[in-house]
Amino acid sequence: MIVEFGHFSVVAALLVALALGVVGHVSAVNSVWRSLVATLASCQLLLLAIGFAVLVRAFLGSDFSVAYVAENSNSLLPWYYRVSATWGAHEGSFLLWILIMGVWTWAVSLGCRRLPDEIFGRILGTMGLLNFGFLLFLLSTSSPFERLLPAAPPEGADLNPLLQDFGLIVHPPLLYAGYVGFAVAFSFAVAALIGGRLDAAWARWSRPWTNVAWAFLTVGIALGSWWAYYELGWGGWWFWDPVENASFMPWLAGTALIHSLAVTEKRGAFKSWTALLAIAAFSLSLLGAFIVRSGVLTSVHAFAVDPERGLFVLALLALAVGGALAIYGVRAPTIMSRARYGGFSRELLLLVNNAILVVALAFVLHGTLYPLAHEAMTGGEKTSVGAPYFNRGFVPLMCVLACFLALVPVARWKRTPLSLLKNSGLMCVAALCMGLALPLALGGAFKVGAAAAVALGIWIVLVHGADMWRRRNSTTRGYLGMMVAHIGFAVALMGIGVTSEFSREVDARMAVGDSVELNGVTYRFAAMRRIEGPNYVADRAEFVTDTGVRLYPEKRHYAVREQVMTEAGIAAGFARDLYIALGSALPDGSWGVRIQDKPMVRWVWLGALLMAFGGVLAVTDPRYRRLRSTRGLREARGSPSPTT
Amino acid sequence: MNRARLFIPMAVFAVLACFLFLGFTLRDPHELPSALIDRPFPDFDLPILGKPGARVTRADLVGQRRLVNVWATWCPTCLAEHGELSRIANETGLSIIGINYKDDPSEASRWLARHGDPYDFNIEDLSGDFGVELGVYGAPETFLLDAGGTIRYKRVGDVNEDIWRDELQPAIAALEALR
Repeated sequence: MIVEFGHFSVVAALLVALALGVVGHVSAVNSVWRSLVATLASCQLLLLAIGFAVLVRAFLGSDFSVAYVAENSNSLLPWYYRVSATWGAHEGSFLLWILIMGVWTWAVSLGCRRLPDEIFGRILGTMGLLNFGFLLFLLSTSSPFERLLPAAPPEGADLNPLLQDFGLIVHPPLLYAGYVGFAVAFSFAVAALIGGRLDAAWARWSRPWTNVAWAFLTVGIALGSWWAYYELGWGGWWFWDPVENASFMPWLAGTALIHSLAVTEKRGAFKSWTALLAIAAFSLSLLGAFIVRSGVLTSVHAFAVDPERGLFVLALLALAVGGALAIYGVRAPTIMSRARYGGFSRELLLLVNNAILVVALAFVLHGTLYPLAHEAMTGGEKTSVGAPYFNRGFVPLMCVLACFLALVPVARWKRTPLSLLKNSGLMCVAALCMGLALPLALGGAFKVGAAAAVALGIWIVLVHGADMWRRRNSTTRGYLGMMVAHIGFAVALMGIGVTSEFSREVDARMAVGDSVELNGVTYRFAAMRRIEGPNYVADRAEFVTDTGVRLYPEKRHYAVREQVMTEAGIAAGFARDLYIALGSALPDGSWGVRIQDKPMVRWVWLGALLMAFGGVLAVTDPRYRRLRSTRGLREARGSPSPTT
Repeated sequence: MNRARLFIPMAVFAVLACFLFLGFTLRDPHELPSALIDRPFPDFDLPILGKPGARVTRADLVGQRRLVNVWATWCPTCLAEHGELSRIANETGLSIIGINYKDDPSEASRWLARHGDPYDFNIEDLSGDFGVELGVYGAPETFLLDAGGTIRYKRVGDVNEDIWRDELQPAIAALEALR
């Protein structure tokens, strides 16, 4: 009965979302309705939370009369995986998506309550309409509340063992918080376009929201990469898989957007471009949802294929994005900007940043959708685009981006005095020397890619560090956030360069007692024993290195799904990871073993975390809180803002 | 200011949406088999399961009518159809070649030892790359090859008694009639 109550609650949320959509847009014209908007947003969140809680409860109580629970859970599953199984497949994960949309809507209704009626109503109205579309999709094609009555199975089919992992408990919620967070930026852009007022004040209002969404997405992607690294057993951390690309494309657009917003806020320039990027970031999130949930591209992450679902998401995508772009086409002339800047300036650097990021985005989009286009044009012939294509274009683009990034701290708005560039040149030489020396010290061999990445990384860190030191008494949180994020980029860049070029691996056939040497470290296969987990049995090996590190790779056998999983043994470290994955057991009792030595691989994720931290740090800048006070409102009414 | 220029993003998006729609409708699983039928079985060079060092190529499949069955130990439906495949191998003498798809070779050998082995031999496709070339959606899938190595029939899903009687047997009879 309680499951039906949850279902009903979500149906009610659908109606509330529609009401919010209508009332929001009406209140922009007639402010009598304004007080209702926030109430509807809260009401929607409450109903969605009830629906979601009911589903979680069904999982915790192993209620296998619910089809979705029966397909994705099992009574042997530990309680925390039963909770996370709620978002382990299409239906539940989309309910989570909608719930997060509800949370964002509610947060906007609180955080933006001092904004003028017109823009407040339109933002929330747009978000309401979007969530109405999502809810309609959920309820009509993929309800997680369907029952298997009267024939409820006695036991569930179990959660896919790949997903029985800490990374997968937190990865989807964070990723969705990012995806859906871009709906806020999207709604801000649509609201501003309808109202014809896309100015510095508008940019300042939408910046914190965009930053937070972007930070969530950054952490979500990093977590997914980390999960793939230790769970898939190949030791790779990025595969250019269509679904990875699906999360990476909104990130690229979002990164371009937060930079473009800076110009719009500070200089009133790039206005229509900013609006377009805000629309693009969320559109790409929706495109990602389409790719993952329609089965249109083959991928390890893809959910079950259902033509009806794919068509629905495509229709949703066409309506939301087509609608927003039509509004853009009609209204963009009202927001044209006429700002001037010359020569070498921050505006120019940010323009270059946007150009490079958009080219990179187009490149990834092309590589991701090419198999689809090829198939459509040749009538069914299949092809696939692999990592070599992506690396060939993406790596040089990021190196160029890094070069310009190193110039950021010296650049000024409008025009930069050339004298400022000299210090930067000195550091460039220093960084170049270190970049050439460090990889040599690390691996004994010279690799161009690693040298370039390290040199660029050190250059960025030096230049940014020096600037932070120079401004130590006068810096703002916003500026500090940017610095931290840029250093994060440099850290990730160095990690990627070094780990790609200096990783070593060896495949060996080993029995207990055998030893193998890799990169100066000897690995001894010390023991093999059988252990029992809650819902699996595993062969657990013990490896000891001559440096005293112990690693425990496992081969797990999950009984319910008859599935075998490789659990890598990893000795994580700041400087290097030692990584062992068990292959197959050979008839003579020995094992296929893959041992990897991966220097600086942690830096990739550390860099991503720094970037996200920088994004959030910038949001804590007091100037965003001032926007709710009188000054923000004065600007909103169109009086000139004092230049800062 | 040329107003039409402002609609360029929308036009780009419209083209993209059309491609998505086309690609999406082409992916209809019911349409796919027709794309492979009457085409030669793709070239490959892969190891044989359980025989380290031995490799097999497309040439080894030619010369005889065969079923090629894509299976894996992680696939419950494969186990469900295993009995029917064994019956076909025993009673009709039709050659069945297995493609062990995205699997663990030692698990696969154990699985065959436990459930019986109706296959002449098994092609090892650990990475699943060959499966991509064959347009495999998921295991099990079964192909009927004529003596020339051309695909004459494809089944997505399990082979059971009904499928054997209503689809596979008539397809084999049709091949017989051609000769």
